[in-house]
Amino acid sequence: METLNVYATRLIEKKDYFTPGHRACQGCAEALAVRLVAKALGNNVIVGSATGCMEIISSPLPFTNWKVPWLHVAFENAAAVLSGAEAGYRALVRKGKRPEKGTVFLAMGGDGATTDIGFQALSGALERGHNFLYVCYDNEAYMNTGIQRSSSTPFGASTTTSPSGKFSPGQRTWKKNMAEIVVAHDVPYVATACASYPFDLMEKVQKAARTPGPAYVHILSVCPTGWRMPPNKAIWIGRLAVETGVFPLFEVVDGKYRMTHETAELKPVEEYLRPQGRFRHLTAEMIAHIQKRVAAEYDKLVAKTRL
Amino acid sequence: MGKRVGVEVSIAAADAVGMANVDVVAAYPITPQTHIVEHLSELVANGELDAEFIPVESEHSAMSVCCGSSAIGARTFTCTSSQGLALMNEIVFIAASLRLPIVMILANRSLSGPLSIWNDHTDVMSVRDCGWIQVFTETGQDVFDHVMWAFRVAEDPQVSLPVIVNMDGFILTHVIEPIEFWEPDMVRKYLPDFKPVNVLDPDKPTTVGGFGMPGIYTEAKMAQNEALIQSKSHILKAWQELGEVTGRHYQPVETYRTEGAETVFLTMGSTGDTVAMAVDELRSQGRPAGLIKLRLWRPFPFDELRRAAKDVKRIIVIDRAVSYGGPGGPVASEIRSAFYGEKKMPAVTNFICGLAGRDVTPDDYIAIYAKSEEMVTGRVRQEDYVFYGVRE
Repeated sequence: METLNVYATRLIEKKDYFTPGHRACQGCAEALAVRLVAKALGNNVIVGSATGCMEIISSPLPFTNWKVPWLHVAFENAAAVLSGAEAGYRALVRKGKRPEKGTVFLAMGGDGATTDIGFQALSGALERGHNFLYVCYDNEAYMNTGIQRSSSTPFGASTTTSPSGKFSPGQRTWKKNMAEIVVAHDVPYVATACASYPFDLMEKVQKAARTPGPAYVHILSVCPTGWRMPPNKAIWIGRLAVETGVFPLFEVVDGKYRMTHETAELKPVEEYLRPQGRFRHLTAEMIAHIQKRVAAEYDKLVAKTRL
Repeated sequence: MGKRVGVEVSIAAADAVGMANVDVVAAYPITPQTHIVEHLSELVANGELDAEFIPVESEHSAMSVCCGSSAIGARTFTCTSSQGLALMNEIVFIAASLRLPIVMILANRSLSGPLSIWNDHTDVMSVRDCGWIQVFTETGQDVFDHVMWAFRVAEDPQVSLPVIVNMDGFILTHVIEPIEFWEPDMVRKYLPDFKPVNVLDPDKPTTVGGFGMPGIYTEAKMAQNEALIQSKSHILKAWQELGEVTGRHYQPVETYRTEGAETVFLTMGSTGDTVAMAVDELRSQGRPAGLIKLRLWRPFPFDELRRAAKDVKRIIVIDRAVSYGGPGGPVASEIRSAFYGEKKMPAVTNFICGLAGRDVTPDDYIAIYAKSEEMVTGRVRQEDYVFYGVRE
C-alpha cells in the first residue's frame, strides 16, 4: 500500500505502525480504524490494548503487527494499565531516570471493554486526570466471542444473546451513549469518529493526543461479520451511520460541543438499517420507532452545540 | 547499624517502601492494609518521597496500574488484603506471567463470608498458584527487612518476578514494635537502581502480553515455572547479603529448638512466636518438641524442609486456611507432598485454627500437641485434619 499514490492516500502518512498481515476478517473497518489511529499518532507512542478482536488478530505469539511498544494485560483494565504506564513515565522523567520525549499514551478497547466490563477502570482513569488518550473501537457487540450483545448494541439489533424472535425485537435497550458519559467526566477532549471519514478521524486523534489530560475518541467500527453484511460495504455503511444521524460526528473541547460533519438533511434511518442482516427482522413500526429516537437524539446534540 | 525505634509496623513498612525510593504506588483502601498506604501518601504529600501515588478506584485497577508502571520500568509497589486480593486476582496471575517485578505487601485477612476483617491466611492461599514469589514474616523487623529484600529479589534481572510479602493483619500491621531502620547507605549498598530487562520504549518497540495459541502456551507456562524455581538461588543470595548488611540472617525454613525434637510444629507468619512459647513449655515438661517456620512459601523450599525435619517423627501443621472438601489445610497438603515417598516419612497431623483472628494461645498449642499425639498413636481416629477450638 505504501507505493500506491491514489487520491486521498496521497495526503495520508504512508508509514504504518499497525502493519498488514494481521488476522482480522475481510472488510473489518475496526482494523482500518486502528491503522488510521496508529498512523495519526506516529511512533512516539505506547499502546495499551484491552482483550478483544484487535488484540487477538495482532499479537499471536511469537508474531506482532505492532511497530510501536504495545502492552496487553486483560479485558477490563486497558485504561488502568495505561494510567500506570503514564504515571510511571512521569515519575521516571521527574527523577531523571528517563528522558522526556513527549510520548503519547494510548489505551484502546472495543465497546465491551469500554462500555461494559472496563467502564469502571476507564471512569477511574478519566477522573484521576492522567495524560492519556482512550480510543473505543465500537462495533456494537462482543464480536470476538461471537456477536453477543453489549450495552453499546443498538436497539433492535439481533445478536447471539439478543436474538430476534417471536417475543423479541432483538436488542431491547437503546445504545449506551459512551461519549456523553465521558463528557460528564469533565475531560478536556471528547470526540466521535468513523473510519469512513479517515481525515476527520486522524485529525481528532491527533488533537486528542495533543490535549494535556485525558482525551477520549469513540470510533464507530463497522463489523461486516457481526452486522451480517457484505465486507465490501463497510465504508458505505459507516457513511450511512453518519448521514442518517444514527452516529453523529462531533467533538467536545473543554465542554464546548461542535458538529464536525453536518448534513443539510438527515437521510432516513431505514437506508442504514436495511442493508444489515442484524436489522433484517425489523418491522416498519420498529423502524419508525428508531427513526423518532434518532431524530430526537440528534436534535438534542445539535442544541448542545448552540449553547 | 540503623536506629531502633518503637513504631507501628505498618508505618515502618511504608517507611521502608519510601526508603526503597519507589516510583509508583497504586492502592485502594482495605482494612487492615490502610495504615501502610496512608503513610505512603503522606510521604508523597510531604515531599519526603518522590513518587506517583495513584489512588485507584479498585484493587483490580491497583494491580493493573502496577502492571503498566512496572512495564515502563518504574519501581512499583502496592498493598492489599483479603477481598482486595480476591478482586485483583485475575491481574495477579497475569503480572507473574508478564514477569513484572511488582512488590506487594499482603496484610493477611480472612476472606468473606461471613465478612471478617481479622487475620488468617485464607486470602493468600487463594493465590497459591499465581506464580509470584511468596514470603511470610513473623515480626515488624522481618517486614521492614523484607520490603528491601522483595525489591532486590523481584528486580534482579535473573529473576524478574513479582513478590508478595505476607504480614499478618492487625497482629503485625497494628502493633507497635521496636524496629531497626536501615541507614540510607545500607539501602544504597543493598538495593541497586531498577534496571528492567524489558521496557516499553518507543525507541525499542516490543509487544508485551501477546496471545498464546496451543502451540506455544505450554512452553510459556513451563518457562514461567522454571523462572520461579530458578529464582531460589537469587533469593538465598539476597538473604545472605541482607545478613551481611543488617546482621539478621533469614532462611527459607527456620527452626526453633529442633535439636533432638521428635515432634515439631510447622507454622507460617506471626504464629511462630506463640508456638515457640508452647515449645519452651513442652520442653520444660521433658517433651521433645520443636518448631519449624516456613518463611518461603513459593518457590517451595523442598530441600530445606526435608533437611530441617530429617530426624522428626511427627509434624503438627498449623493451617490458617481451609481447602473446602479437600485434604484439609493447604499448608498440610504441601508438607505431606514434600515427604511422600521419602525414606523417613514423618506422620503429619493438621490443625486448622486461628481463623479470622481467633486467639490461639500457647496453652492451646500444648493441647494441640497432646491431641496430635493421640491421633498418631491411634488412641483416637486418625483424621486428615482437625478444626481446633470449635465451640460446641
